[in-house]
Amino acid sequence: MARFQIFVTYKKGIFDPPGATAERALVSLGYDEVSSVKIGKFIQLEVADGTSEERVAEMCGKLLANPVIEDFRIEPVEEA
Amino acid sequence: MRFGVVIFPGSNCEQDVVHAAEVLGHEAGYIWHGDTDISGFDAIVLPGGFSYGDYIRCGAVARFSPVMAEVIRFAERGGPVIGICNGFQILAEAHLLPGALLRNRGLKFICTQTTLRVEENSCQWMDATPGTLLRIPINHNEGNYICDPETLERLQGNGQIVLRYCEADGSRAEGGSAPNGALDDIAGICNERGNVFGLMPHPERVVDPAVGITDGAVVFTSIARRLAEVV
Repeated sequence: MARFQIFVTYKKGIFDPPGATAERALVSLGYDEVSSVKIGKFIQLEVADGTSEERVAEMCGKLLANPVIEDFRIEPVEEA
Repeated sequence: MRFGVVIFPGSNCEQDVVHAAEVLGHEAGYIWHGDTDISGFDAIVLPGGFSYGDYIRCGAVARFSPVMAEVIRFAERGGPVIGICNGFQILAEAHLLPGALLRNRGLKFICTQTTLRVEENSCQWMDATPGTLLRIPINHNEGNYICDPETLERLQGNGQIVLRYCEADGSRAEGGSAPNGALDDIAGICNERGNVFGLMPHPERVVDPAVGITDGAVVFTSIARRLAEVV
């Protein structure tokens, strides 16, 4: 079995309401050093051995992320 | 005419659409999301609700259900398709309409009456005079329309922005009149051809005179008039 981690985030310039709310909340809690919070999705994928990263990218482009508003980053997980 | 109303697992406004169609003297029938035969219907409605629990993104899973391949083919042949609320989200995910619907600015689910201004009437689903005000409720968590600047320019230039949120007097507030933060106060858009229409407000809920407002009827009567002309 192979594992991949996928990070889905909003594209630059796309307003992120949960991130903006968390940012305001942190500042109001006194964390004045906070200048930006972006909230995205973290996906753990298990696939058959030998599955290529290209294939995973295809899954992201088709279903797991919406390329109109989101970027994704794929990281293969090395087995310990 | 006969409306086909698609039911996805989690749809919850399909009966309202059928009721609205019948109140207006039309026929309507249901289409199950697993069906691949949508013949016998003059127009297809993707109703509101929470298809597939809104998992991944609203409409992201519904867009791949078996019926959608047929709906996409129907739309590409020029068949009239409307997506209301969750249906709009599905049309956007299916790339039948440009852009996407993000979570509401303010993070709140919003259920309220809105005033909409008819901006264009080249859309087959809207033949009211531009400037007409419609009172139609919204009921959603992800109605914050977004698209890139080039797409916005194209939508504007082609007359694809059909409905905008506005104030009760028809003006647009400086900080925006969209309760959900939608770009350019956009409430509903159509494709270039004008046969595919997506909107966040629920016209089907304001059709029956029993509820006091009938401003939503124009959406259904527009397409009926249009199809009557064509036939």
